[in-house]
Order: sequence, then C-alpha cells, then structure tokens
Amino acid sequence: MNSNSLVPNQVAKLPWRLIFSVLAIGTFGGMCLYSAAGGSLMPWALPHFVRFFGLFGIAVGMSYIRPETYRDLSWPAYGGVILLLIVTLIIGTVGGGAKSWLELGFIRIQPSELMKPVSVLLLAGFYGSLPAGELRKFSAIWPPLAILVIPVALIILQPDLGTTLLLLFAAITVMFLAGLPLWYFIGGAGLVAAAIPIAYNVFMLPHQQKRVLIFLTPEEDPLGAGYHITQSKIAIGSGGLFGKGFLNGTQSHLHYLPEQHTDFIFPAMAEEWGLAGGLFLIACFALMFHWGMSVAQEAKGRFNRLTAAGMTMTIFFYFAINLLMVMGLAPVVGIPLPLFSYGGSAMLTVMICLGILMSIDRDTRRNRRR
Amino acid sequence: MRPRKVPLVTENSQAYTFSRRAFVLGALQGGVAALVAGRMAYISIAENERYKLLSEENRVQMVLVPPRRGWIVDRHGHPIAINRSDYRVDLIPDQLKEPDRIVGQLARLLQLPLEEVERIRKELEQAAGYQPVAVAENLPFEKYAAVTLRLPEMPGVAPLRGFSRFYPEGAAVGHLVGYVGTANKEDFEAANKDPLLITPGFKIGKEGLEKVMEPRLRGKPGAKRLEVTARGKLIRELSTLSDAGGGTLPLTIDAGLQAYAARRLGNESGSVVVMDCVTGDILTMASMPAYDPNSFSDGIGQSEWKMLSADERKPLLNKTLNSLYPPGSTLKPMASLALLGAGISPKAIVGCGGGYRLGNRTFKCLGRHGPMDMHRAIAKSCNTYFYSMAHKVGYDVIAETARKLGLGEKYELPVVSQSFGTVPDSAWKLKKYDQKWTQSDTLNAVIGQGYVLVNPLQLAVMSARLASGRNVEPRLIGKGAPGAAFDIPAEHFEIVRAGMWEVVNGNGTAGRSKLPLPGIEMGGKTGTAQVRRIAGSQRGQSGEWKYRDHGLFVCFAPTANPRYAAAVVIDHGMGGSRAAAPVAKDVLTYLFDKPKAMEALFELEKGWGGTIAERMERQAQQWAASQGARKGAEQASAAKNGSSRT
Repeated sequence: MNSNSLVPNQVAKLPWRLIFSVLAIGTFGGMCLYSAAGGSLMPWALPHFVRFFGLFGIAVGMSYIRPETYRDLSWPAYGGVILLLIVTLIIGTVGGGAKSWLELGFIRIQPSELMKPVSVLLLAGFYGSLPAGELRKFSAIWPPLAILVIPVALIILQPDLGTTLLLLFAAITVMFLAGLPLWYFIGGAGLVAAAIPIAYNVFMLPHQQKRVLIFLTPEEDPLGAGYHITQSKIAIGSGGLFGKGFLNGTQSHLHYLPEQHTDFIFPAMAEEWGLAGGLFLIACFALMFHWGMSVAQEAKGRFNRLTAAGMTMTIFFYFAINLLMVMGLAPVVGIPLPLFSYGGSAMLTVMICLGILMSIDRDTRRNRRR
Repeated sequence: MRPRKVPLVTENSQAYTFSRRAFVLGALQGGVAALVAGRMAYISIAENERYKLLSEENRVQMVLVPPRRGWIVDRHGHPIAINRSDYRVDLIPDQLKEPDRIVGQLARLLQLPLEEVERIRKELEQAAGYQPVAVAENLPFEKYAAVTLRLPEMPGVAPLRGFSRFYPEGAAVGHLVGYVGTANKEDFEAANKDPLLITPGFKIGKEGLEKVMEPRLRGKPGAKRLEVTARGKLIRELSTLSDAGGGTLPLTIDAGLQAYAARRLGNESGSVVVMDCVTGDILTMASMPAYDPNSFSDGIGQSEWKMLSADERKPLLNKTLNSLYPPGSTLKPMASLALLGAGISPKAIVGCGGGYRLGNRTFKCLGRHGPMDMHRAIAKSCNTYFYSMAHKVGYDVIAETARKLGLGEKYELPVVSQSFGTVPDSAWKLKKYDQKWTQSDTLNAVIGQGYVLVNPLQLAVMSARLASGRNVEPRLIGKGAPGAAFDIPAEHFEIVRAGMWEVVNGNGTAGRSKLPLPGIEMGGKTGTAQVRRIAGSQRGQSGEWKYRDHGLFVCFAPTANPRYAAAVVIDHGMGGSRAAAPVAKDVLTYLFDKPKAMEALFELEKGWGGTIAERMERQAQQWAASQGARKGAEQASAAKNGSSRT
C-alpha cells in the first residue's frame, strides 16, 4: 500500500476505490437533480451537493474513530433513536402516507432511517461478544429479537412498511452472518412464504392489496395506480442505449414520471443517459458493495466483520429494492436510491454506514501493520 | 454423556461460516446487480421502440384543426352556402381541474339550457386527453367576451373563433343544398371512427348537396402537435399542418332566380323547377315551404323540429324530387307528340260533345268544345280529343314517348333521393297487378290521371325536351354540351309548341298568364290533377285543403327560340291556370326583366305579410304560443284534477 512514495502515506491510506464510487454516485445524482428541476440548482441539486459533500466529509472524519467506540455508543444511540421514534409518533409530520418525519426546526429527519445502522451495530455487538458455543441456544435468539421488537413496532405504527422491511433485512443479515443455524432462515422463509396468502387476505387493507396486484400486472391500469411503474418503464425504455441527452428527458421534465427527484430518480437518469448511464451507476454501486464485503472479509474480530457486512448490506438493500421497483420487478415501496436521490435522512444513514465501514477498514490495516 | 447431535461451534468454525455466508451475500449482491443491469438492458434495447413511442404519445398531443368547408356558389359565383366566422367555447378535459364548478359557471355566463349542460357533462365523462368538448357555438360577441374576461379563473376553458355555415338565401335554398350538422354516432362509426368527425366545430353534410357532395366540400383537416405536461399544461406547439379547405362547388343554379321562385310561391305548398332547355342546366329547384338550413346547421331545437314535422304542407319534404303527382293535362303536349309519331294527322278533327263514350261509360270533358284539331285540343285542353285519339293508337305508344321525354326516369343528379314515379303501360300493369291493360286505363292515362305519377323535375325535363327537341339531361353541377336532337321530325315539335303557344297567347286555358314583356312570349300547358275520385258534384275545387285538386303548369320561353323551360306545381292549388301559371309567368319574367318581376313580387308579399323569413318567424311564434297555451291548459286541467281529487 505504501510502496508509492510519490503519494503521502496519509493520502494513500484512504480507500480510493470507495471514494471514487461515492463521489461518482453523489455527483451524478446531483446532475440528475439539476436536470429534474428543469436545469436549475434549486430546489434540489444545490442542497443535495451541500449535504453530500458535508456528510461525506463527516463520514471520512468518522473513519478516524475506532470501531469499538461505535460499539460502545450503540446503546445510547439506540435509546436516543427510540426516543425520537416516539416523539415522531406524537408530533411527526406525514410524508408519503406515513407519519415518519420529525420537524426539528432547521432540519427534517426520518428517525426510522437512523435505526438501521444502530441495530446493525447492536446486533453485531451482541453476536460479537456471544461465546461461540452459545450460538445454537435460545439465548442467541431472544436478545436480538427483543432489541428489534420496539423499533419495529414503532415504525410499523407510522406506518412505514418499506423501512420496517429494510430494517429487518439488515438485522437478519447480521444474524445470518453470525452463524445461526441455517434452518432458522430456511424455515423462517418458508413460514413467510406460507403466511403471504394469509396476510394478503386477512391482514392487508384494500389499498395494500391493490398495490400488490398492480405490481403483478401494471399494464392493466396504466392511468390509475399502475401509473408509476408504467411511466418509469417508459422513461427507462425510451432512453435507449445512450439516452435523450442531458436536460432532454421528456418523461421527467413534463412530469409524467412521478417522484422523479426521490424514489424514481433512476428512470429520470436513464431517460437522459440511457443504458450507458444506468450501467455506469450500477457498476459504481457494485464497486462500493464489493469494497464493503472485502472490508468485512478482511476485518479482524467478529464485531468488526459483522458490522462491516451488515452496513454494506444495509446500503445494498436500498439499492436493490429501489432498482427492482423502478424496473417493475418489485412492488412500489417508498425506498430512495442512496446518495443519488434527493433526501437527507437516507444519505445520512448511508454516510454513517460508510463512515463506520471506513473506520473498520482503517482498523484492519492498522492491525495488519502491527 | 448426552448424545452430540449438534456439531460444536467454535471460534474458528464460526469465522469459516462467516466467510462462506458473506461470500453467499456477495454473490447475492452481484446477482441482483446483474439482474437489474440485464433488466435495464432488456427494457432499453429490446423494448426501446415501444417505449419511445409511448413516451412520444405522452409528450405530444395531436389536435385536429377542422378544415374550412368549401363554398357552394351559383352559376354566376354568387354564394349559396358560405362560412361565417363565429365565436365558440370549448373545454379541454386534460386541463379542467374542477369540471363541476366550471361547467356551472359557463352555464350561467352563456345561459345554457339544462339539456345542454347535461350533454356537456356526459361528453366530459367520456372525453379523455386533449380532444376538446364543445360547450357552445355561434355565440354573440358579448357572451364570448364574458368568458374570455374570466379565463384566468377558469382553467380548461378554451374560447376561440371558428367557422359556421351560412346560407344567405335561407329557406329558399333549404331543400336544394340541405344542411350540415354535427356528426352523430352512426356517422362516426361509418367513417371508421375518424377523430375529425368528433372534433368540436366540425360539421358534415346531413341533407341535399351538402351531404352528397361531402367529399368535395370537406377538405383536409390540419393538425397541431402540442407538447404538454402530465398536468395538461401546454409547453409549446411543435408543428402545425395547416388545413386544406374544401373545394368550391359551383352549381348550375341561378341563386337570384331560385330565391325569387321560392318567394313567389308565397304561402302555397309547391315547387318550381326552371331549366335551361338547351344545356339541361337546372336554374332553379325550389320547394316550399322549407326549413331554414341556417337554423338546422346550428342544431335544430326539438320544438322547431316538431313544428316542421307537424305541418301539413310538409316543409321537410323536397317536393321537386320526392313528391309525386298525377300530372293531369300537362301531359297533353307529350301525348300529341306521340300521336304525331303514330301517324295521326294534326288536322284530324274530333268532335267534342262534352265527353267520350267507351262502352257504357262516359269519360267527361271539361266543356263542350265542338270540332277539335290537335292545335285547338292542346289550347283548350280538350279531353275528348285525347280520349278518342289515344283509343285509336293505344297507350303503349304514348308511354314510349313519355319515357323518351324523361318521365318515369331517375336522373344522374347529386341528390339524396328521387321518387321517379310511374309511366304505366300494358307490360307494367301485367307485372304489377297481374291484370290486362284496358281501354279505360288508356283514357285515364292520356289525360294524366290513373296510374301516371311524376315529380316536378320530370315535368320540367319533359317541357325542356319538348321546347328544344333535344334529349337534355338535367344537371346541377358542371358544364356539358347541349343535348343531342331527338330522331323525331322537327315539325312534330313545331306543331306541339304551337299548341302550347296558343294556351298562353291565344284562345287557351292560360290566357291570363301571358308574359308582360314585349316580344317575348311563353308557351305552356296547364294541368289540374285530382287528388281523389270525384265524389258527386264536388270537383276538388272547394272543401278541405288537402282534398283539393293540384294545380300544375309546364312552360317554356321564348317561343321564338326556346331557351328556358319550367314546371310549377301548386299542391291543392285547385287549377293549373289559376294557381300555377301565374307563378310560372312571374318566374320567367324574372329571367328577362328582373325589376318588373320584383315589382310584382313586392305587391304580392305585402298581401302575404312579408318575406319568407318574416313569415317563418311569425309562424314559429304562433306555434310556440299555441304549444305554450296547450301546455298551460294541460297544467291547468292537471291542477284542477289534482284539486278535485284532494
């Protein structure tokens, strides 16, 4: 690593692979927001850039803090976020059908987002300190479930199904990586599969049932509720190989594409940049995930490994669900494309994840040098 | 020792498990990335064409611009049907945010009747996209301005200037040109759902020439390609394809003469057809009373329609083509031509003692004319002469000449329908009634009664062919060569025309209808057709209007060198010389001396109570008043019943 004498050691130690992909994604996202506003820095592009560079700076700063510090901070953070979730339920504002936003005067945040890295840290901490022999016992199961049940309940009450699912996915990933018996997961998946028809018929409200149906057959109702998916596919499909050109997207500029600055920014980008832009963006994310998983594989200690993998997967789930949704492969749930979409809370969450990942990376290399 | 069912988990094995499972998750990440990349490639490459099209359909809205309809002009280029710019208001469904409020506000501003509001609501429900829905047309400027002023508070309302059809001569040309109207569902489906037909402001021909000549008059629509946002906001016009107006349609009609003839018919129910007897050009084809095509083209109200269809004078019927009459004595010149062809000498004398005896039945004449040759028989319209001569030659010979002169014929004309009537002969009767032709059939037919039925246009064609000796075809549009001469000796025509000259200018039945012009004389023949069998002494000369005799007159002028031929039929006018010949006289006078003819008309119109438009207006008011009174009476009686019941 330090073989190149032309570059100062401090700079060479930075994870350039990650920095490149993060900068590429954030800058590209800013450009798309500039275009989505009809070629204007306001209202989206400028705040995006300010937030992006500010938070990325903080993330780099976070890499200098040792991973143990985060582990020690996770419990107070958990308590704080639970408190914010309760306050949100009481005085929160409604956005996208759920009471998930907290107005803090100068800033609006979504506390449920912050819960994702916090629960990854908590679970990783728990399994990191759990003696290996305990893994097959009940005591390896109930504490994480207890940790999760309160935030999950609070988020479901908002009700924000998308965030709940992402939070659970991240937690399950940590539990999976911790080495819990495989049949827990296979059995659980089987149970969920069996429960889906029951949930659909018994527990789902008509509008939720409709969403599922629309996901399955969006073309049935192109002007009604299937509109989002149809318009999104039109935007992606009409972009072709190289797109209609920067600032030339008609689907986004003429407002046929809904939520073009948040959940549906990918189709807005694809319309103007085509398949080429889409593949570039997917490659950037793939690079980021690959780096994250390498950090996890190389990390020393179970806490570090589990945290690194859990954080990477947290970011990955945003990416996967958002892209599958805009391409009509998953139902419409309000999940943004991290670092690319407009929106502070998701960016804050992802930057926290990246900051902790970089901290673990730095820790691994520090140990290796010794 | 308990059995070791479960393998021991150690720190090392856990690390190994982690690596393995992390690898699985990494593979999952790679798989999802590959899946979305592949899916995106599929959408943007394989389905690119389809989505490009959909994206264009989103972005671009096509709006048709209705073409301006071609004018209809007369032989001198005077307008018969033209386009007048008018003010109209439409709704653009895409831009309409609060349909209920805005339709309500428009209904107040424009004072729309309830049924119209209902129609607009219904059309809005079915409408989609950028295709406008018509609210009102032909608006006075004040109402138009009232809407324009409030435009900022009424998104989705589009006031604009359009065109509407205008017929300067009004009812006088009603049956001839027909009218235009909004396409109905059947029209729309017949045209393979051509969106032009449901474009607000677009009208198609519904009757008469407007209908038949639709392809020529319509023109080609223009189109505007508009870029609009998802909320219907107009960004810009991408391109405009201008419309191509329909072609001008020149008619053979003389608009002035047509209007004059219509006016001259006055309060009578009847028709006037005037033709150029050399070329076949139809100069006038007037049928009265008639509807005003202007009010039909705006969309006729139910009450107006009711009034027209209830009228016993049948203003909805084009009598020149679709009314059939027994032609009566107007056929006698034609019969004379047939007799000459059959070898009867014009000098041959038949003594008229007031009737003709066939077997034990006497066929009456209108007088005791004494000795009659052909010339005087035409002039006096002596039935006895024609009974006797027809008996001699048989009717089949006469029927052949009748058909030669255009009776029973359907002409090549751009009209919606023609009733071509009957020229009977023995073969026809055998086929139709399975009966043999009798001598009394011959006698009835030769004086234009019995089975014979003709329409006024056929009478005009007959007199044109008699007047010119040429086989002229009637024509409403275009120009053509004069008709070919018949292979009938010219002196035969001379003899017949001399008889017709005598009718008007000598000792004949229409002596009072001489043309008031020096050096121009008219030849003619009167006819009086029975509507029903003579019952007792009543000869159809009095009693209820609808049972009175029809008055007919066929004529040509000038006799020295025939140029014009005409036929006039006055329904239940009681007699050809009394009702029809004076009309023909004035109409032909108009062709030679307009001021003189107009003077006569003004005098008459004073007695009738004004021009056609004025009289129609008054009639409509009377109708409305009587309807109102009836409704009032019904309500009063209903109220009375109601109160008596309580």
